[in-house]
Amino acid sequence: MTAHTHTGTPTRSTGSLAAGIEARAATGALAGAGNKMDAKGVKVFYGAKQALKGIDLEIPDRQVTALIGPSGCGKSTFLRCLNRMNDTIGIARVEGLITLDGQDIYDREIDPVQLRARVGMVFQKPNPFPKSIYDNIAYGPRIHGLASGRDEMDEIVAKSLQRAGLWNEVKDRLKEPGTGLSGGQQQRLCIARAVAVSPEVILMDEPCSALDPIATAHVEELIDELRENYTIVIVTHNMQQAARVSQRTAFFHLGDMVEVGDTEDIFTNPRDERTQGYITGRYG
Amino acid sequence: MTDIISDTPKAAIYQSDDFAARLRKRYAAERRFKMYGVVAIGVALGMLAILLTSIVGQGYTAFAQHDLALEVFFDPAEIDPQGSRDPAVISNANYGALARTALQAVFPEVEQRTDRRRLTSMISNGAAFELRQMVIDDPSLIGTRKQVRIPLASDYDQVLKGNIDRTLPETSRKVTDQQIAWVDKLVANGQIVNGFNWRLFANGDSRDPELAGLKAGLVGSLLTLMVTLGLAIPIGISAAVYLEEFAPKNKLTDLIEVNINNLAAVPSIVFGLLGLAVFLNAFNMPRSAPVVGGIVLALMTLPTIIIAGRAALKAVPPSIREAALGVGASPLQVVTHHVLPLAMPGILTGVIIGMAHALGETAPLLMIGMIAFIVDTPGGFGDASTVLPVQIFMWADSPERGFVERTSAAIMVLLAFLIGMNAIAVFLRKQFERRW
Amino acid sequence: MPVTLFLAVLAALSFAGFQLGRSRAVASAGGRLSSLHSVPTYHGFYVAMWVGLPALILFAVWGGLEGSIVNAMVRASLPASMTALSPQEINLIMVDVHNLAYGNISSRVADPALLAAAEHYKHLRSIGDGALAVLMLAAAGMGLQYARQRIQPGLRARNQVEKVVTVFLILCSLVAILTTVGIVLSLLFEAIRFFNKVPPLDFLFGLQWSPQTAIRADQVASDGAFGAVPLFTGTLLIATIAMAVAVPLGLMSAIYMSEYAPPRVRGTVKPILEILAGIPTVVYGFFAALTMAPFVRDVGQSLGLSVSSESALAAGVVMGVMIIPFVSSLSDDIINAVPQSLRDGSYGLGATRSETIRQVVLPAALPGIVGGILLAVSRAIGETMIVVMAAGLAANLSGNPLDAVSTVTVQIATLLVGDQEFDSAKTLSAFGLGLVLFTVTLCLNIIALRVVRKYREQYD
Repeated sequence: MTAHTHTGTPTRSTGSLAAGIEARAATGALAGAGNKMDAKGVKVFYGAKQALKGIDLEIPDRQVTALIGPSGCGKSTFLRCLNRMNDTIGIARVEGLITLDGQDIYDREIDPVQLRARVGMVFQKPNPFPKSIYDNIAYGPRIHGLASGRDEMDEIVAKSLQRAGLWNEVKDRLKEPGTGLSGGQQQRLCIARAVAVSPEVILMDEPCSALDPIATAHVEELIDELRENYTIVIVTHNMQQAARVSQRTAFFHLGDMVEVGDTEDIFTNPRDERTQGYITGRYG
Repeated sequence: MTDIISDTPKAAIYQSDDFAARLRKRYAAERRFKMYGVVAIGVALGMLAILLTSIVGQGYTAFAQHDLALEVFFDPAEIDPQGSRDPAVISNANYGALARTALQAVFPEVEQRTDRRRLTSMISNGAAFELRQMVIDDPSLIGTRKQVRIPLASDYDQVLKGNIDRTLPETSRKVTDQQIAWVDKLVANGQIVNGFNWRLFANGDSRDPELAGLKAGLVGSLLTLMVTLGLAIPIGISAAVYLEEFAPKNKLTDLIEVNINNLAAVPSIVFGLLGLAVFLNAFNMPRSAPVVGGIVLALMTLPTIIIAGRAALKAVPPSIREAALGVGASPLQVVTHHVLPLAMPGILTGVIIGMAHALGETAPLLMIGMIAFIVDTPGGFGDASTVLPVQIFMWADSPERGFVERTSAAIMVLLAFLIGMNAIAVFLRKQFERRW
Repeated sequence: MPVTLFLAVLAALSFAGFQLGRSRAVASAGGRLSSLHSVPTYHGFYVAMWVGLPALILFAVWGGLEGSIVNAMVRASLPASMTALSPQEINLIMVDVHNLAYGNISSRVADPALLAAAEHYKHLRSIGDGALAVLMLAAAGMGLQYARQRIQPGLRARNQVEKVVTVFLILCSLVAILTTVGIVLSLLFEAIRFFNKVPPLDFLFGLQWSPQTAIRADQVASDGAFGAVPLFTGTLLIATIAMAVAVPLGLMSAIYMSEYAPPRVRGTVKPILEILAGIPTVVYGFFAALTMAPFVRDVGQSLGLSVSSESALAAGVVMGVMIIPFVSSLSDDIINAVPQSLRDGSYGLGATRSETIRQVVLPAALPGIVGGILLAVSRAIGETMIVVMAAGLAANLSGNPLDAVSTVTVQIATLLVGDQEFDSAKTLSAFGLGLVLFTVTLCLNIIALRVVRKYREQYD
């Protein structure tokens, strides 16, 4: 793990994104080599019930890490720890250490709002806001003050939709409600929405489970493209999907992480019996 | 500008001072917003507290009342000069004079006519009635002297309770300095006693605040609610059962549903107009009668009961119905033997809440003439009567200071009933709460 | 009291029929109860039904008709000097006849003709009651005979009983429709009589309301006296003030309750707030008139404003307080219906709680909240007691919350309280106002209920 210090960005005084890019480039050399996120001994309790029993997981930069396992194994719970979404559930309690670029994300200094802007999330069911397509994308940049003007916002919206491969389909109807799109389009809209706030990590919680095969293929392609620029963690219980889109795979079982490794290794040569049983379809 | 969302994610933006400053502002907005919520709840609860304290503060004194304790001589010359002991003679005698004489005996120095009149104005009009009742109950009193308690006129009661401010200049209050001095002397003599105000519950309405009581209103409310209950329970439960368990999905049932939902939101005064036009004018039913009031209130509360009943029936899981049907019960038997008993607590909760609503309702009853000056307790469903909330309304309209106190006390009585009914509803809900 | 007596006798007869039917069924089965199609209890109900129902229907029909038939007969028997009078006066005479017959105090000195009429009336009534008793007994007996004969093991007593019960259930459900029809008809009927005296346009658009000028029976309603515009504006003014109090307070409490409050706080505060909804309106009226109005006046005077002692502000604020729990519980339901996934989506982008509420939850809940507010408006418009007690009778055309204004409901209540003549425009105007009130609230309710329903379906 790289010791990564955030030395600040003295040059950046406006909302200009270009400055941010430069700053990023300056520190990029340090960050590029190691893990983007790192979890050590993560335990989660919902009231008295323990949902995670101590997870250690490294999440390398600009790769897709897939979390697989039978339902109820804690993979979504773990995912929600990575951007502190569990904070919104009153009774949830998280123990252990999770770092982003070497910084403890549960530190008092770290603000969950800021963290969630850096670690975006896409959910199981597409959840576009009941607003226009444009406003759906613009929502994040607007609350974080990322655009200094109308033109810049238009630019961000266009770029994000292009990123999500949705631009050509919706460019003529940006004012129409996002809820009017098809399920697959809605999910890509949600990805575009997450991309629009320029996160470093995107968490995806079974993003294709509510989609038909064609829409799923679209989203998978998109994930593969996004890998170039973002660190992605995806929860899925479709093993083929994990095999298709991820570079690393972690297998969760009953609140434990049983095994983690390169996706190829896990699927061709699992070390643990339980992993083998799951991927060969003996249970799940 | 071709690539404003850069290909490299930008941790830096989120760690800039700008962002930190913005974040501080956003959190300040967050705190403000949360505070608005607290303030809103605070204001609402504060209004409730002000309302209740102002009513209790004005009303609690009405539960005690000052009486004059005088030694009254039941003068045979005044009551029954011939000594015939004829009830007609006895009941027509001038008992007011007995009380006046007794009071004047305490103040022999008051001799002027106008002063005497001022003095005897301390005695309530009710004194004569109460003395007469005593003598009618026990004619042997005639010719004896007895220490009796007779009501003190309201204004003096109010002075003693501090509701009429004696520090005000004499011209701006109803009671003169001299009268206050008399009252003080009586207090010093121990001839004014303070005790529980049984008249508030034992009397009917009166023009004199110190005599006015709630009995007629309470009995009227009871009779009216009995009619309401008698109609609303069978009709409400039957309608709920039909709509929830048997009704086919068609235009008619849709229409009924829309109707019920709308009726639940129709202003109550419109139900009063219905009662006036249909029951009084078209059906020639008696005015001011609990039977008409009960029908009107039943129509008004039916939607509440039906809606609550349906919700309770809906909460009974289908597995119960399937199990009963499976052993060969007819659909009606399924409902009467299994579903209805299980849904009963919920239905009853709805009924009690509906009844509490009916008990507090005023406007529709004004329309059908239940706003009447009722001294005697109504004896039946067809007698002219009034109800508790209307009694409150009428007292609230009276200018005398004594009625302010009594109105507040009546409100406390009404609220006590409502709290009791709601407590029963809550108890039922808790007691029979079922987790399927 | 013959009604109670009749019903008690009928109930007793039905009970006897029940016992009879049951034992006869048992006897007809000859000891093998399983040979009966229905259990003996149903046979009992079957007989009881046949005993009770025809007689009961007879009783209801008779009760509905007897009064008017007897009235017509008595009226026909009145001396010619009386029948020549106008219909209203005949009605008054008939009231006197009733009062005399029932021993109540009559409003005029009893005249021999009247006494005779009262005797006649009493006589007819007693004949009627006697005839009814005989007929009911006969009906019950015939029912009993018929049902008794039909009892045999194969009788589908349960199905028959259930059919009747179902019909009863349906009739009960129809009460809702009957009520609506009754309201509409009674309002329309009387309102049309009113509009025959006062043209509807004058009523709806006239700027002056002073019903007292038309009190004399022979007087034609003077022009402009029944212009209801000041009442409409007064109603709107007070409702607006009420909503200005209730909507922000109710909505913010609901938001705090559903999004911020820990369960313990929610569990205590919510029921306390509901108390506000359970307090009778007459109590609010008393509070408005006795505490709020003087307070508003004193504050206004200390600020150098002239405030009417029956200001719209006092009534409106208290009405608003009354409506707070209504708005908050409706909004609470509606906010809770917004799916959690939308909130998650927003939090996932790094929005704060208030940003999420203001920019995602509230816009999503808006249609539902608007529906709820419309219902609250309808309630504010229809609220009577607070305004009767705290707002004035003076129908001023004013938009100033510190002035005294009157409302539609105040006028309805005051016009119809006390002695009424059902032919004066003054009394009938209350029904005109009632029709307007009913129409407006009905429209608001229908729109609101539809909006809320659609909203719920969206997230179901």
